[in-house]
Amino acid sequence: MYALSSFLVLFGFWLLLSGYFTPFLVSMGAAAAIAVVALAHRMNVVDHEGHPVHLGWRVIGYWSWLGKEIAKSAWDVSKIIVNPRLPISPMLVRVKTTQKTTVGVVTYANSITLTPGTISVEVSNEEILVHALTRSSAKALLEGEMDRRVTHFEGAS
Amino acid sequence: MVAGAVDVLSWASLVGGGVFCVIGGVGLIRMPDFYTRTHAAGVTDTLGAGLLLLGLMLQAGLSLVTVKLVMLGLLIFFTSPTATHALARAAMVRGIKPLLRDGGQEPSKP
Repeated sequence: MYALSSFLVLFGFWLLLSGYFTPFLVSMGAAAAIAVVALAHRMNVVDHEGHPVHLGWRVIGYWSWLGKEIAKSAWDVSKIIVNPRLPISPMLVRVKTTQKTTVGVVTYANSITLTPGTISVEVSNEEILVHALTRSSAKALLEGEMDRRVTHFEGAS
Repeated sequence: MVAGAVDVLSWASLVGGGVFCVIGGVGLIRMPDFYTRTHAAGVTDTLGAGLLLLGLMLQAGLSLVTVKLVMLGLLIFFTSPTATHALARAAMVRGIKPLLRDGGQEPSKP
């Protein structure tokens, strides 16, 4: 199941990047995609972690929320940078994670890093050590809305 | 008329993206230590690159070029947090202490 969808994604990727649709070139692309899936299979990375398709369409809802958050916090950080007094208050905080799977924890840690103003420094299964640029960005993270959303996004699988 | 509006939108986001890239660069110089500098670079990674790509997509319209730009956006979306995390963790493991609180005046324990 994962191998088939990896093949489809890789082949689609190849088609879109090349933009050529002559039979010879398309069959070469298909062969290349099969070879990559075969190699990935030998490396044991064709699974729910390497290719998490089971997350499905929930990805759109989560990404649009995340995009909004990124824009908001990037705007805040920009205001701090252009402020002559440079009003930063860097701090390290530990954030609990409630995700059950590795994919969920990684999504959460990456989302933290992706929003400017917070960076995940060390990740374990129960908590993430986060470096925050300001007290308010740390506080916003500790309120845990992102954590709840990632857990919902990860689903019951 | 519609083409003109798309052009205006596209140039607005191109210019906006450029401005955020510059702000990220300024932040990179102004911030006091390693970790805070990474935060400034984050602005360039996200809003800067995102707005530039959006502006280019509006210029390209519905074509293969737009699809490739979307792929570029996804690439940045997945690799930049990974690289930032790797950098921050490497710095922590090597023992670079972050400046904490009060505008980075008093270094204290995490």
